Amino acid sequence: MIVAESKPLEAISAMLQRYEKVLAVGCGTCVTVCFAGGRKEVATLAASLRMKRGIEGKPLEVAEAFVQRQCEWEYIEPLAEQVKKYDAVLSLGCGVGVQTLAERFPGTRVLPALNTLFMGLPTEAGVWEERCQACGACVLDKTGGICPVSRCAKQLFNGPCGGSQNGVCEVDKSVPCAWHMIWERADALGMTDALMEIEPPKNWASSRDGGLRRMVRDDLRTPTEDGGNE
Amino acid sequence: MSQDHALAVPGAAPVAAQGTLKTASNLERVLSQGRFAVTAELGPPRGCDAAPVRKKAQILKGWVDAANVTDNQAAVVRMSSIATGLLMIGEGLEPIIQMTCRDRNRLAMQSDLLGAAAHGVHNLLCLSGDHQSKGDHPGAKNVHDIDSIQLVAMVRAMRDENRYQNGKDIPGGGPRIFIGAAENPFADPAAMRPYRMRKKALAGADFIQTQLVYDVPRFREFMKKAVDLGVHKQLAILAGVGPLKSPGMARHLRQNVPGMSVPEVFDARMEAAVKGIDTEDKQARTRAWREEGKRICVELIQEIREIEGVAGVHIMAIEWEEAVPEIVKASGLRSSAAG
Repeated sequence: MIVAESKPLEAISAMLQRYEKVLAVGCGTCVTVCFAGGRKEVATLAASLRMKRGIEGKPLEVAEAFVQRQCEWEYIEPLAEQVKKYDAVLSLGCGVGVQTLAERFPGTRVLPALNTLFMGLPTEAGVWEERCQACGACVLDKTGGICPVSRCAKQLFNGPCGGSQNGVCEVDKSVPCAWHMIWERADALGMTDALMEIEPPKNWASSRDGGLRRMVRDDLRTPTEDGGNE
Repeated sequence: MSQDHALAVPGAAPVAAQGTLKTASNLERVLSQGRFAVTAELGPPRGCDAAPVRKKAQILKGWVDAANVTDNQAAVVRMSSIATGLLMIGEGLEPIIQMTCRDRNRLAMQSDLLGAAAHGVHNLLCLSGDHQSKGDHPGAKNVHDIDSIQLVAMVRAMRDENRYQNGKDIPGGGPRIFIGAAENPFADPAAMRPYRMRKKALAGADFIQTQLVYDVPRFREFMKKAVDLGVHKQLAILAGVGPLKSPGMARHLRQNVPGMSVPEVFDARMEAAVKGIDTEDKQARTRAWREEGKRICVELIQEIREIEGVAGVHIMAIEWEEAVPEIVKASGLRSSAAG
């Protein structure tokens, strides 16, 4: 899932300084699961903002809205009429949600209430960890299902750096060394031979380094009248 | 350079025999003659004054076969390693340019190497680089376009096949660089370390400089495995050593530097060195500690050079270059500065 966390109330409030009526929009997918942008978080943030602005003597009207997915046109379409009534939209979605709203409602200011952190999973109650950086060329087949791109601070492809000790990373002792895990797992599976091969330089063109990424599936595109795709 | 520091390296002929040298590197020449190599380290200044570089180079000149010049070590901004290396060449000291994968992508690395070679640089040490979070610009973006083993392979292809990383020809031929890499025998996973060093050999490394060795028994185990794998025949292994300055330094290395193994016996020896000296007499204590630190370093060198497969030592006396000639002399590696 995409993991996000709330920006500090002060920062959100500062963004809304010039507005009197805002629409706070939650999202029912990833950010609900990581307790950052679900119905409950929308309600809590709205109440906090109203209270803060009330104390400051500049009352703020905060309406609450919720969609199942902020990252798809059809899910945000029902907001179209409502959005017109507000000075600004405060999105509690991830960065994709914020931009989908901004793209659909170009006449309205759309602001982010969250910081989008990473793609990962909850490893235990209250803890989320990164697992994927969407590099666009998965190497997990070669590394025993442990990703050196997202989990090694130096994105090494040929083994651990000299700072790996007792299974932890030199950058942060609370973080396991990805290459230590890769080695241990390969050892347990009797597959260390595969780690002796030199992995050549990665082609980062499929990662963010190649500019905006786009995936096209012709088999899924809607045919146009002239027989081409839309 | 030197005639008298050479003891034949037992069982090792890691570098091409004389007459078929790959580069104009003095270090390669020394190793190819089967002589026990000595390298040291020169840390560039944190400003743009060339004087401290020249001073350090003069201290080391003649006592070592080449000296490493660190590349923003500990992720702290310093004078560029190549620029510092050029100053060293001007002083008559052969530089081993350290290059980390942290600060440059493959374009920058290759262009810097072309430039360095054009200025007469013959040696490179390929490193991942300390993480920027530990340095003086923790908000910096790191690069890691390629890793240190891929860097070794890239430089080898530039030199031996006259090819850029993209496979295209380098007009006029590639840089003639003697290629080094690092290995830490004390880091984890311990079982992978000798294999990782072999991987560097396969990628094209000509020599290895290890992390500081204080734990000789563990280093011996590592070298035994390396010899069993035949890695010492594929490249020259230079063991890292360095003089302690105080008991506090021994503790600091053990506790704060990841991947270091410093037996506690050295703390005890450093403590004992100041027995009987007034605790208020800081100068006398510092002197006694430093003498003991050098003594320990000399003993380590003498022990390490007997280990099969060790082709030389790399003396890291950080901000204490003056210690290097004394250590080299006392270890019997060289009796005077070579002309």
